[in-house]
Amino acid sequence: MTLRFASLAAAAVLMAAGPAMADLVVPHLSYRTGPYAPNGTQYADGFNDYFTLLNERDGGIGGQKILTPECETAYNTEKGVECYEATKGDAALIYNPMSTGITYQLIPKAGADQKVLYTPGYGRTSAKNGKVFEWVFNAPANYWDGASVAVKHMLEQEGGDVNGKKIALVYHNSAYGKEPIRTLQELGEKHGFELMEVPVDPPGQEQKSQWLQIRREKPDYVILYGWGVMNQAAIQEAANIRFPMDHMIGIWWSGSEVDVQPAGAGADGYKSLTFNGVGTDYPFYDDLKTHVIDAGKASQGGQYVGSAVYSRGVYAALIIGEAIRTAQELAGSPEIDAAQLRDGFEALNITEERMAELGLPDFGQPIQLSCENHGGAGMARLQQWDADEQKWSLITDFMEPDAEVLAPLIEEDSAAYAQEAGITPRCG
Amino acid sequence: MEQLLYTAEVVVNGLMAGVMYSLVALGFVLIFKASGVFNYAQGVLALFAALTLVGIQQGQVPFAHLINAITGSHLEHFGWTVPSLLAILLTAGVMILLALAIEKLVLQHLVGQAPIILFMATIGLAYFLEGLGDIMWGANVKSLDVGIPQGISETAEAWTAQLTGYGFFIDRLDIWATVIAALLVAALVAFSQYTKQGRAMRAVADDPQAALSVGISLRFIWIMVWSIAGFVALVAGIMWGTKSGVQFSLSLIALKALPVLMLGGFTSIPGAIVGGLIIGVGEKLFEYSIGPMVGGATENWFAYVLALLFLVFRPQGLFGEKIIERV
Amino acid sequence: MFYREAGDFKTTYSDDSQTFPLQLDRMGYYAVLAVAFLVVPFVIDDYWATSVMVPFLIYAIATLGLNILTGYAGQVSLGTGGFMAVGAYATYKLTTSFPDISILIHIVLAGFITALVGMLFGLPSLRIKGFYLAVATLAAQFFLVWLFNKVPWFYNYSASGQITMPERTVLGQLVTGPSVSAPAKYLVCLVFAVALAWLARNLTRGMLGRQWMAIRDMDIAAEIIGVNPLKAKLTAFGVSSFLIGIAGALFFAVYLGAAEVGEAFGINKSFLVLFMVIIGGLGSIFGSFAGAAFLVLLPVFLKNVLVGGMGWPTDLAAHVELMIVGALIVFFLIVEPHGLAQLWRLTKEKLRLWPFPH
Repeated sequence: MTLRFASLAAAAVLMAAGPAMADLVVPHLSYRTGPYAPNGTQYADGFNDYFTLLNERDGGIGGQKILTPECETAYNTEKGVECYEATKGDAALIYNPMSTGITYQLIPKAGADQKVLYTPGYGRTSAKNGKVFEWVFNAPANYWDGASVAVKHMLEQEGGDVNGKKIALVYHNSAYGKEPIRTLQELGEKHGFELMEVPVDPPGQEQKSQWLQIRREKPDYVILYGWGVMNQAAIQEAANIRFPMDHMIGIWWSGSEVDVQPAGAGADGYKSLTFNGVGTDYPFYDDLKTHVIDAGKASQGGQYVGSAVYSRGVYAALIIGEAIRTAQELAGSPEIDAAQLRDGFEALNITEERMAELGLPDFGQPIQLSCENHGGAGMARLQQWDADEQKWSLITDFMEPDAEVLAPLIEEDSAAYAQEAGITPRCG
Repeated sequence: MEQLLYTAEVVVNGLMAGVMYSLVALGFVLIFKASGVFNYAQGVLALFAALTLVGIQQGQVPFAHLINAITGSHLEHFGWTVPSLLAILLTAGVMILLALAIEKLVLQHLVGQAPIILFMATIGLAYFLEGLGDIMWGANVKSLDVGIPQGISETAEAWTAQLTGYGFFIDRLDIWATVIAALLVAALVAFSQYTKQGRAMRAVADDPQAALSVGISLRFIWIMVWSIAGFVALVAGIMWGTKSGVQFSLSLIALKALPVLMLGGFTSIPGAIVGGLIIGVGEKLFEYSIGPMVGGATENWFAYVLALLFLVFRPQGLFGEKIIERV
Repeated sequence: MFYREAGDFKTTYSDDSQTFPLQLDRMGYYAVLAVAFLVVPFVIDDYWATSVMVPFLIYAIATLGLNILTGYAGQVSLGTGGFMAVGAYATYKLTTSFPDISILIHIVLAGFITALVGMLFGLPSLRIKGFYLAVATLAAQFFLVWLFNKVPWFYNYSASGQITMPERTVLGQLVTGPSVSAPAKYLVCLVFAVALAWLARNLTRGMLGRQWMAIRDMDIAAEIIGVNPLKAKLTAFGVSSFLIGIAGALFFAVYLGAAEVGEAFGINKSFLVLFMVIIGGLGSIFGSFAGAAFLVLLPVFLKNVLVGGMGWPTDLAAHVELMIVGALIVFFLIVEPHGLAQLWRLTKEKLRLWPFPH
């Protein structure tokens, strides 16, 4: 009992001290421990390094330094909520928790506390509908876009006809993995392919029966929605049964170096979706090297610079940075609050020229958001793994998802949420 | 006919998967048998062993991240690589040191306590090793390669195709795992039957008090058992690490071993093997035949339900010692 | 010197067998209650409510539940996470089907539903004992999680299988949903925690509790002296699951607000609650609270010290935190194998004699 009170008292003192009041606070909910640490670490490094570069080179955005106090969530919802509560007081602007589970917790909370929630490529898909989800943004692409683009790629490969083909969806048996099922079912009806659902319970080291099933049923394509060790095991097993790797397409979260490396040469030719460039062949990385890496300020020593997930962290930070800049212009002052940042997001317009200016030409798609559209165009492209060179290469241009199928689904799901939570749609 | 062949393929693969589970279960059995401790940390031990093996093999600097954070240096690798066999021996050495440390710092102080307290001590140990492993070697995924081949065995496929008209899928890694598990069990049995230390170990398992009174050192036996369990964890870590890379999730394979233990009995080495085989075949067959009807992903719970059904008829597991209760 | 029984005269049997026989203890107890009910709600903020007090109280209820089963009746269970999920999903289904009935009633009903499920899964305990039973209860854990994940009816056919708590009020005050005030959240959990602790205390010192303890100490002997093992074991499973179900309901409705079964009620939860029971002390009400406090507060405290206070990188801090928690568990065991409750008892014994121990 005494111990408890002592610890409480000590914690209270620390709470009161808190971080120094900064200009622009972007709390950084990361995970560098636990089962998903290998990906989380790289993402967090990219996220940190981008803002470090802005601070070191430009003195922040609009003269205001950006602070990213990091908080470890271990991909655990309770710790994520703890981190959110611990940081939301300090003029926090925006949260990017990098976990679908934590996102679902934070969507109602962020709405109530008026904080922006930015979930690029994960989270709740129907948050694309800004009429219902005022505070949530998931540009440039979401899970359903991914599923649709994957099918589109198959159509291209098959010469425009996938009628009668069989597509297996191997998915993480959780909220995240179940997201694309509905979309793929609808797309299956439209294009006439048969969907075979193959759930894998997390963590998923042992997938023998799933892949024996695939070996028996011989689907033409496999779509992988995995995370953590499940990716490595799935790619390994696919290589084991000699499934043609170029007929296996992973979502972007199944497309990092750590996912394919353990399978060695067997993973050669594996494809995954992505919405950001990989590698360091961009002018941006020269600046990063001078101002951050060589200055010894890189997060964790900069060991993952240029990897797929690191680049995604950079990209997320970039979009947040651009939204802050837009918000500052709208507000006419360098100091902004979360509501102004939301307006900034809704007025966000990142063109190809702007990407080139930032030193990352052709790194991402143009993004234009509005009050209704919080999800952008939702385009994605494919990358393919080269096991000899040990690197990803981009093999297609950005492809648009099938809005005809997705729009009604988003409308339906967000309407259900609006009704459940008692939200009246906004945007006039 | 085709259905039958498919089923046969599932059974064969189930048996092989069962061997992989047994490898983990063996470590639990060894410690439980000799000291009555249910070692919750066995999975983490396997992770720790695999991390150490990769670290030594690739010449990683231990605690590099910690040292870098404190001194601002940029250490990472010593710049050498160690041959697999030597690395395995060195790792086995580390596991023995770990066993020594565990005995000295934890178990020695808890002699004679109730089983649940020793169980809890291993929980603390698991927490500690989890943190230590990551701090020592970093949290990223490492691929482990000690020369064990992976992928479909073409000989087996061609052979079965010739015999039945349908080529079975058999993973070469699983064949290796089976051979290694057989060798490991043979070695363990030989050790416990024919060596002085092995007999002492059995004596302690049978009756610690009587063993003490004839001059067997309990401390020595404990250190030995934990070292052997550490070695078994290393073998399990190598097999599972080769399969899907060495990372935190490796420690969760312990959950796959629990139904095996339950079914085979906590105190029987053959039980761990037979239990593994039954669980492997049972869960794969169920997933194959009933799984599609109920939406799949049944393996996790079915293993436990299967074990539960066995236990209702044999509460001490298949090979466990008969529970005799007296008032 | 101050903590003693001299001068505290008992004139009736009920006085003599009360929970806190010492006057100072009684006063301490009332003071803690008074502070908890009358002071804390006025000073608590969002961070303290959401990150510290609410999880602590909810885990304390779950620990209390498991302690009844494991500590008092001697049946080790690792199905806690699954049973919490039953409570959570029952609340969700009830409150979305009957939105007009008070959420408090739904939470209690969810407790009863969990009690039924718990008794069902408790049946094997008549045959299976010890660690074998612990592993057998894992069947419940994995099966329940799979069930809630697989059957869309449980999550009202939502796209991702998440359940989200709608807003509900008690006495005109919001208690669930995103805009709940910190004191409301805290008070709901506190009321349940205190009421259930009171229930647990009185059950365990009555006839039922004595039967449980007889079964725990030696079930065959207990059977011979006339304790019905079927009744004793199943009531233990029932009462324990009732508490755990309520904890699960609060965990989902008040604390998280949205949950996904595999993540929120997975196997880790079962282990965590069991750790709390053992660390707190088997068979102790106070121990349940102490164990929950230890494992909820220590990580938060360490994180704040290491990251906030000393400015360590978060990953290093997280790893060191694990090592410290692990080392502390072992250290406490070596110092006092019977948990924090026993440590507390010993301290009190010593205090009674202080400063003249001879």
